[in-house]
Amino acid sequence: MSGETLLEVATLGKRFGGFVALNGVDLRVAAGERVGLIGPNGSGKSTLVNCIAGALRNDTGSVRFAGRRIDGLSGHRRARLGLARSFQLPRPFRSLSVADNIRIPLLYAAADRGRDHHDGAAIARRIDELLDLVGLRAKGGRAPRELTQVEMRKLELARAIAAEPKLLIADEAMAGLSHSEVDEVLALLLRLNERGIAIIMIEHILHAVVSFSQRLAVLVAGVKIADGPPRDVVRNPDVERAYLGE
Amino acid sequence: MNITFELLANSLLAGLLLGGFYAALSAGATIAFGLLEIVNIAHPTFAVIGAYAVYLLNRHLHLDPLLGGLVLTPIFYLIGTILYRVYHFAFERRSEDAMQGLAFFFGLMFIVEVGLIMIFGVDFRYVTTDYITTTWQIGELSVPLRLAVPFVGSLALLAVLEIGLKRSFTGRAIIAVAEDPLALRLMSASPVKIKRIAFGVAIATTAFVGALLVIIQPLQPASGREFIGRVFAICVLGGMGSISGTLIAAVFLGLVENMTSIFLGASWSPAVAFGFLLITLAVRPRGLLGR
Amino acid sequence: MRFHLLLILAAALVYGAARAIGLDYVFFAGYIVLQYVALATAWNILGGYTGYMNFGVSAFFALGAYTTVALDKAFGLPLPVMMLAGGIVSGLVGLGMGYLTMRLKGIFFAIATFALAVVAETFITNWDYVGGSSGAYIIRPVKGPLYGTYIEYLFLLMLVVVVVSLAIARWLERSRLGYGLAAIRDDEVAAEATGVPTLGLKLIATTISGALMGVAGAPLPFYITFFDPSAGFNLAYAINSIAMAMIGGTASWVGPLVGAVLLATVQQVATVTISSEINLLLVGGLLVLFVVLAPNGIVGLVQGRWRWRR
Repeated sequence: MSGETLLEVATLGKRFGGFVALNGVDLRVAAGERVGLIGPNGSGKSTLVNCIAGALRNDTGSVRFAGRRIDGLSGHRRARLGLARSFQLPRPFRSLSVADNIRIPLLYAAADRGRDHHDGAAIARRIDELLDLVGLRAKGGRAPRELTQVEMRKLELARAIAAEPKLLIADEAMAGLSHSEVDEVLALLLRLNERGIAIIMIEHILHAVVSFSQRLAVLVAGVKIADGPPRDVVRNPDVERAYLGE
Repeated sequence: MNITFELLANSLLAGLLLGGFYAALSAGATIAFGLLEIVNIAHPTFAVIGAYAVYLLNRHLHLDPLLGGLVLTPIFYLIGTILYRVYHFAFERRSEDAMQGLAFFFGLMFIVEVGLIMIFGVDFRYVTTDYITTTWQIGELSVPLRLAVPFVGSLALLAVLEIGLKRSFTGRAIIAVAEDPLALRLMSASPVKIKRIAFGVAIATTAFVGALLVIIQPLQPASGREFIGRVFAICVLGGMGSISGTLIAAVFLGLVENMTSIFLGASWSPAVAFGFLLITLAVRPRGLLGR
Repeated sequence: MRFHLLLILAAALVYGAARAIGLDYVFFAGYIVLQYVALATAWNILGGYTGYMNFGVSAFFALGAYTTVALDKAFGLPLPVMMLAGGIVSGLVGLGMGYLTMRLKGIFFAIATFALAVVAETFITNWDYVGGSSGAYIIRPVKGPLYGTYIEYLFLLMLVVVVVSLAIARWLERSRLGYGLAAIRDDEVAAEATGVPTLGLKLIATTISGALMGVAGAPLPFYITFFDPSAGFNLAYAINSIAMAMIGGTASWVGPLVGAVLLATVQQVATVTISSEINLLLVGGLLVLFVVLAPNGIVGLVQGRWRWRR
């Protein structure tokens, strides 16, 4: 893991009408780092993710990725640069098979990183690889609606991984899962990180995000109130008051 | 051409009065579209059905059109609830794309239009009342009653809807179902039932609006088409689901249309409503996810 | 490659059969059926593949026809050239429309297309060079440039248009572009997040769709010889295209072909045997029926409930 900065969010601001969702948020993620992001509901976590990934445009501040300013770029350009995100509520392509869901990012997001979208055989192999990675190989030909909750989450992650990201934002990938299912997803994300992919994990399941992260950031009402080693952050009185005391 | 004050004033007046009617026509649509997200492109066509029904009552029973419209309202309400049941069964339950629902109402529109052609033919139909041909003169202003009476009727309808939506439990439930169906369920009101009532109300308005329509102008089966664009322009401009917004947007549109007719000629005025629609959509882009 | 050969063979058979029957009526009626196959196929590229419902079909169709009217009056060019010109004009309009409506989805997009059609009609109605609201007369030659009657020539041209449209639609379906469009249709936000350039692809879809509609409309002035706005700018084109694609099945290129052939043929028969109004009643009725009971269309019924790509 190198210390070079991969993602740099500086004084990011976003408002919706009169409501200030993000108020001068800073966040830095190094290449290969594991960062956790927690905060109460409505604190702006999803807004932050959307601004970083390009689903929303920030009003003030900047987002830099691999040294390059990206806040003017559309979402798909950011994906092509290596910034992938999974969605809190899985958003599969309903009319496509599970395998074809994974094909899309292979054809598009990964296209700029040496993935030749004309090589049908290579793509088919890669799809199988990814299906194996998340344990969905047997269901490759099925429709997304035939999947269980946890399988949908895995598909969501597989799709993000297929984009060959340098940074993966996992947005509440474990919500509503059982204990063993949480462990499965955790193991998957750790394996990814071992390959050098930086991961921002947004979660409410505290034990998971604390054990996973090298660094933990806390967002409350659009403001980052803590950022440091998980053990320290968790014991921070402000954090306790704002979040853990709920 | 010579644009005198008199011409201008009368044109503005006509635009205002017509605008009131546009508002009444759009009110039901804004409930269906703005609050329920049901894309009933056939809404003006229902008003045409209402108009023909009112025409028949007027012709055979000599019933005043406004009275006819009121009498027909409960029947149209029933039709609306039945239609909603079909719609809900076919589309909302499956949570399929909006495309299918759109296609449904589009098809319905044609069925109705052709049905009307086959029953009534394409000749224009008129209602006869004492006041339709009367025009009051107030100074330089000519107030044709065939516009003024529907204007008053429209305001009455809008007032009833506004009060109903804001003051009654059902009305507030309808507004609530648009914003937060879950909260509604927690208050032990069924969202589906509320939506059914709301859509019933939306269609019910078309009976009375149809009466207003046939007072204003002669009726033929395709009469509804010229209003489709206006109705949706008004819904979007007026802030979907707001009765007062609908009135303001509708009057505005009526005024601009008439001004365009005077200054550029009548052949350009269809483009006005649609031009406004396009501009509005461009400036306030909203997807169905935008709620 | 093999598919294209089969397609051309099928087209040749159709043409051969029509010639064998030898009645001019077959060419007249057949032209209309082919025209609708092209229209439904073109519509489906934006509607079925990309998920954007276009109600302004008549605008693209009529602009193609009016390009012919204008060019014929100005230069008297050969019809195939004017058809290409019609395609270019309508393609550009499609591009413009795609750009203007880029942030609109669902019903808002549909209404905008509807509005565009009315605006286009208003402009044409006020353009005297092509006849304005009174219309223009087009002299249809008796003989075609090759052999046989002119109507046979029109039929042949439309057959070519159909072959091209079907080939394009099928190619789109299986291509990278087609996957991108499907992703946009299913979930545009997720598509963008997985690297699909949604705006660019939508523009491509609206341009191709519009261009094909323009080409389909271009020969019409020669078919009906008197062309006024109501001939081209008719909401019937929208409901027909939509109904044929949806009844046939929007998931593949086969759907619009099946839907158009069936529906257009039924309409031709009905016009002759019952009345011409009944057509729209049939179209509307069948559309409502299918949309409620068989949303995947005829192709969907044949293939079972759920359809996904190979």
